Amino acid sequence: MQRRFISIWFCNLATDWMVRRNPALKDIPFVLVAPDHGKMKVTVANLQAQRDGIYKGMALADARTINHTLHYFNDEPGREIKLLTALAKWFIRFTPSIAVDNNDGLLLDVTGCAHLWGGENSYLTDMHNRLQNFGYNHRLAMADTIGAAWAVARFGKGNCIIENGQHAAALLPLPAAALRIETVITERLQKLGLVQIKSFIQMPRTALRRRFGKELLQRLDQAMGTEEETIQSIIPSELFFERLPCMDPIATRKGIEIALERLLDALCNRFVQEEKGMRNAQLKCYRVDGKIETIAIGTNHPSCNSKHLYRLFEDKIATIEPALGIELFVLEAPVVEDLSAVQEKLFAGNAELNDIGLAELLDRIGGKIGVQNIHRYVPDGHYWPERSFKKATDMNEKITTEWKLDRPRPLQLLKHPAAIEVTAPVPDYPPMNFRYKGKLHSIAKADGPERIEQEWWLQDGQHRDYYCVEDEEGHRYWLFRLGHYDVAKSYGWFLHGFFA
Amino acid sequence: MTATKANIISALRKDILSLQGIRHDSNNSRLDKTIGILKNAFPDNSFPIGVMHEFIVESAEDAVVTNAFVASIVNPLMFDCGPVIWIGNNAVVFPPALKAFGIAPEKIIFIELKKEKEMLWVIEEALKCEGLAAVIGEIKELSFTQSRRLQLAVEKSKVTGFIIRNNPRVINITACVTRWKITSLPGENVGHLPGVSFPRWNVELLKVRNGKPGAWQIEYNAGRFRYNHKIAAIAQQLQQKTG
Repeated sequence: MQRRFISIWFCNLATDWMVRRNPALKDIPFVLVAPDHGKMKVTVANLQAQRDGIYKGMALADARTINHTLHYFNDEPGREIKLLTALAKWFIRFTPSIAVDNNDGLLLDVTGCAHLWGGENSYLTDMHNRLQNFGYNHRLAMADTIGAAWAVARFGKGNCIIENGQHAAALLPLPAAALRIETVITERLQKLGLVQIKSFIQMPRTALRRRFGKELLQRLDQAMGTEEETIQSIIPSELFFERLPCMDPIATRKGIEIALERLLDALCNRFVQEEKGMRNAQLKCYRVDGKIETIAIGTNHPSCNSKHLYRLFEDKIATIEPALGIELFVLEAPVVEDLSAVQEKLFAGNAELNDIGLAELLDRIGGKIGVQNIHRYVPDGHYWPERSFKKATDMNEKITTEWKLDRPRPLQLLKHPAAIEVTAPVPDYPPMNFRYKGKLHSIAKADGPERIEQEWWLQDGQHRDYYCVEDEEGHRYWLFRLGHYDVAKSYGWFLHGFFA
Repeated sequence: MTATKANIISALRKDILSLQGIRHDSNNSRLDKTIGILKNAFPDNSFPIGVMHEFIVESAEDAVVTNAFVASIVNPLMFDCGPVIWIGNNAVVFPPALKAFGIAPEKIIFIELKKEKEMLWVIEEALKCEGLAAVIGEIKELSFTQSRRLQLAVEKSKVTGFIIRNNPRVINITACVTRWKITSLPGENVGHLPGVSFPRWNVELLKVRNGKPGAWQIEYNAGRFRYNHKIAAIAQQLQQKTG
């Protein structure tokens, strides 16, 4: 397919933006200033100020002598780039691949996009009108190469389409500076009387390289299309994504649902063909007013089941605020994994943890109530009860150590041991009775102690001596004494769990 | 002639049971082996699986005992079936201790929630998922409508559901097939051995559809229920004495 590019040049980006923010500034001269070597210097002057003879780099004091009513505002370094990046994100409605060009323009790769607008003319007109409505002075040009589009936007007529294959002819009458080369080279060319591109394009390449360096030749080749040039899009293109532009802005839930369903079907079809499944996905809704609404889902297993994915998204549709309407839907799948082959089971109902039905159930539960509430535990190699197990990172994590079975462990463990009062007359013997939550339990039987030492490399503290005890009613508890039995009574008794 | 009649009647009985939501799989013999004579209380002399069971709990200690009883029943269910989902309100059990009941703790998925409404939704969704061995839910209140929904879900998916109701405000009628109450009993030592003995529970089957409710004293020992007839006899004598 013939590549097509658009270059947009914003002639007065910073001042246009100031006017957009404060319409009162429209017809009065103003400048943006920044400190430079202890002086306030003009960084940008608007058209009215330029007409008065104020130019970039002039000291603010000088400018104020020329026009004592001159308004000035502080300039913020990097503002242009920020503005251009935001504009580039807005431009996603025209093409998925956009790059910021220095700090005064945008480059768009529009290969195969224009027909969606019914031709290049209406495509460019739409773009032009929208930018005009924003109030940005700009010039744009469409051509077969980036270099040609850039040159025509800045040095040609502007706002024009260079037809397929005509870019070389369009370039010839333009000045040498249109080739995106350094000023030093331009000046050297000018000194030799080589003002226009046509005056040196026929010269032998070796001579050009010797006198002006490699860069000139490279730029010339790029503009002519003999050397390929690509743009670095600010939106990293996802390998798996689907777009759905809408004729009219969509503001209803039903509309969003239909769009989502279509996008999912298209994406899942692709997944099935390539034997892949998505682990997470996000739906981006580009609103008419330039905002982007995003909803995202995640799954436990790579999935290409559009019905299931739709159900996951369904709960979140309500969080989208369409406002005046959504004009473009983009569905992206940033994390994609190979789909393990699904084998029909000989005996149904023998689900394992990687069962698809279970994975889909957990996805749904996680989507509704939050993944942080779903846990699976695997053993951890510690004796300290609180550290003897840990949360599994995912459903497929295999256990690395065995569960310990050698010592009795209570079925319920309190998160924080509860302090109890005990009667324990004999050192290192289990207590005779204890009081927990105001109730006195007299101990009928006891086992222990089982000493568990604190792991000093993890945490400071005293050891615990655990006793399993049974009271007269048959309830069983897990008690421990923190620290050594001593006369100073520096130890404490705690209840830590309940046995069955 | 009479033999065929008996066959027809038993076939019809089975049909009625299945219509009532009680199903018998050929593979619940493992479970019946675990529970021993307790199985005689159920229709067809077999523990009903693929239905809802309800447990009433009144104190923190009983809650643990009930969890243990449920775990010991779930263990044989998990043998050739999938994982278990345990829904509770906060860290319900200490996973390493489940190993003592024969359950692989890593095959249990714990879902911890605060709101009863969310819990009910999760329980219902989980019960609809075929291939799970069991779903255990710890909730306080369960209305008849809610229990009916859960029972209908399990009748379709054949998952066994356990609802543990901790200190319910009212013990209302529910659509669950059984209602249990498990409390702990003082253990009895063998001979003169010191220390804590095997856990011993008082299992009350308060309600069972088409079965015989009753109470049993059970000692849990190495994956089996042992029945202590002596204790039962003493309890009966005491009951007779007190009238």
